[in-house]
Amino acid sequence: MGELLVQAWTVARKDLVLEFRTRTALISAVVFTALVLTVFNFGRDPTAVPTIDLAPTILWVTFTFAAMLALNRAFQLELENQALEGLLVSPLSRTSLYWGKLIANLVFVAVVEGVGLPLFVLFFDVPVGRVLVPLIGVIALATLGFVAVGTLFSALVIRTRFAELLLVVILLPFLVPPLIGAVQVTARLLGGRPLSEAVGYLKLLAAYDIVFVSLASFLFRFTVDE
Amino acid sequence: MLSAEGLRHAFGEGRGQVVALDGVSFDLTSGQTLAIFGPNGAGKTTLLKVLAGLIHPQVGSVHVTGGRRAIGWIGHQSHLYEHLTVRENLLFWAALYGVPAARRGPRAAEVLGRLGMARRADQPVWSLSRGLAQRAAIAKALIHDPSVLLLDEPFTGLDLAAAAELRALLGELRVGGAAGGGRVLVLATHNVDEGVELATDVAFQRRGRFVHFAPRGGRGPAEIAEAYRRAVVDG
Amino acid sequence: MSLAHKGRRITLVALVCVAAVYVRALAFTPVERLQGPAQKIFYLHVPAALWTEAAMILVGLAGTFYLFLKDPRLDRFAEASAEVGTVFATIVLTTGPIWGKPIWGTWWTWDARLTSTLFLFFLYVGYLLVRGAVRDPGLRARYAAVLGICGMCLVPFIHLSVFLFRTLHPQPIILKPSAPSLPSSMLATWLFSLTAFTLLYVGFVTQRYALSLARDAQRGGSPEAGPV
Ligand SMILES: Nc1ncnc2c1ncn2[C@@H]1O[C@H](COP(=O)(O)OP(=O)(O)OP(=O)(O)O)[C@@H](O)[C@H]1O
Ligand SMILES: [Mg+2]
Repeated sequence: MGELLVQAWTVARKDLVLEFRTRTALISAVVFTALVLTVFNFGRDPTAVPTIDLAPTILWVTFTFAAMLALNRAFQLELENQALEGLLVSPLSRTSLYWGKLIANLVFVAVVEGVGLPLFVLFFDVPVGRVLVPLIGVIALATLGFVAVGTLFSALVIRTRFAELLLVVILLPFLVPPLIGAVQVTARLLGGRPLSEAVGYLKLLAAYDIVFVSLASFLFRFTVDE
Repeated sequence: MLSAEGLRHAFGEGRGQVVALDGVSFDLTSGQTLAIFGPNGAGKTTLLKVLAGLIHPQVGSVHVTGGRRAIGWIGHQSHLYEHLTVRENLLFWAALYGVPAARRGPRAAEVLGRLGMARRADQPVWSLSRGLAQRAAIAKALIHDPSVLLLDEPFTGLDLAAAAELRALLGELRVGGAAGGGRVLVLATHNVDEGVELATDVAFQRRGRFVHFAPRGGRGPAEIAEAYRRAVVDG
Repeated sequence: MSLAHKGRRITLVALVCVAAVYVRALAFTPVERLQGPAQKIFYLHVPAALWTEAAMILVGLAGTFYLFLKDPRLDRFAEASAEVGTVFATIVLTTGPIWGKPIWGTWWTWDARLTSTLFLFFLYVGYLLVRGAVRDPGLRARYAAVLGICGMCLVPFIHLSVFLFRTLHPQPIILKPSAPSLPSSMLATWLFSLTAFTLLYVGFVTQRYALSLARDAQRGGSPEAGPV
């Protein structure tokens, strides 16, 4: 287990260094997030629909679409000079490789969300002060689940044509449960209602994380080999 | 040290099926170098990929003393990240191969020095010429001091001088590593002139089969080329 | 009797049964008190939606076994089951609005069953797209198995999240499958319908399986003989 995590971290750190050097994907994702939030602001009628009703949906649609950019990037960068082949002949275990990619993706998405959340608060003037900690908790809970599935699928499509497009299509149904859960919990938090009202959704999110993180860790080995 | 047992592998199915490996077996011990010659599409790359564990053969098995950790791979692709420097690449691969943290830096410097790349260590890979990138790829393959080296057409892209240098390097690697004792080299190429002198054993591959497999004995390039023509081109 | 032949027979019997369900539901089953005649769609809709979910679960099970046994027959079955599941989802998604229009006054409602079937439909489309995007048969089967297993595990989550959403936001009219409290004649019709749709699934899958066998044989492969 220790060895597995050390190797995973080696891979993740390499990914993050590479990402930090080029910055294209990260900057694209951040700009994309800001852009979507701005567009949403103009896409609603403030006199007809109170901001607070739409805010959770806007937040989560923005986050999930920004995450797609990260997911596409993860294995794409291993294709240059066929580094993936090098990883596969090395003693690195498939599970370590998956966790490394998962960690790097989570950091990437966390950075995007870290920029997106303050922008969201600023643009939509939602009161997050009192609920900041539980809100971050929900964001982490929902993000983990769909990034875990997305990381697996990005390895699955890497050898196919139109990989980016295919990834979006196959990932979409898998976004439904975390998205519904996250939007509902966020709505209750922002509405100042007690978390106990959303226990069902929190359980759903937690169960989704447990099932799909373990499933993806197990299934990953069947996706990368030729 | 490196043995293959009844390997068979085919791609596709039905009428379009291509048998890339057919009944290949051998057993190499340290100090032996097997040169595999064969025309395009003979299955040389497939064989090396099977030996490296990249492809699971449909039939047969491979045994390597020391497992994946013992294998160094030099293929068509360098496996280097363009936006990392040569040294950063080497340190990354050293970590993956389980070289202890304290040994990685010195080991990288040693390998780079040996390949005449010391001055280029802190250059990003994208700024290297093709020949230098090939040398960096060789450095990457040697970083963990492998006892089995798999080489897939390592001479392509090198000029005459660089090719001669690589041959000399491989000759050195064959007889002794840091751990003492010889290494096993498997070298695949479609050019009989390349690397014959290095070989202790010679195989000709055609449509997945070894149509000739014998110790080189005292045969030189001309004799091997003659035998190759008879066995593969005319046969 | 060839496999394709058997498949056609079963399908024929199933279609007769579905027609019989129709007749029985319309003429011989009492009208539900609260929802009126609209409730009758329930006899066709619920079994079809159930089999849409079940087909995905069978795709996942076939995938699980494929990863360990590497038997191409399992992959062939998974493909057939996914295509039939897509057909069932399409049936639900098209008949739903047709029945819904006169009852709800709108073509589409975010009824829980319709919604979750829509998500499953997307899941099937993605699965079939991945199959289409990979040429090598071994790789295709492996990728399909991985996606199928994930799809199988997703089914309960979609079901749960959609129904959780609905129970917290009650709609004026929902077709609740309150099966246990059904009068016995309604229950009998429903069970009959479920049997008919089960037969329909088996018939379709058998035919689809035979078709893919025939196609591979034509391509010059060595198709493994034997039924599912
Ligand atoms: N992934 C693959 N899918 C389908 N067919 C493949 C695949 N890889 C190799 N083949 C086929 O297997 C055969 C052997 O290929 P291989 O690359 O091993 O030959 P080679 O001896 O290395 O040739 P070259 O000298 O051109 O490098 C070829 O007919 C090739 O088309
Ligand atoms: Mg080759």
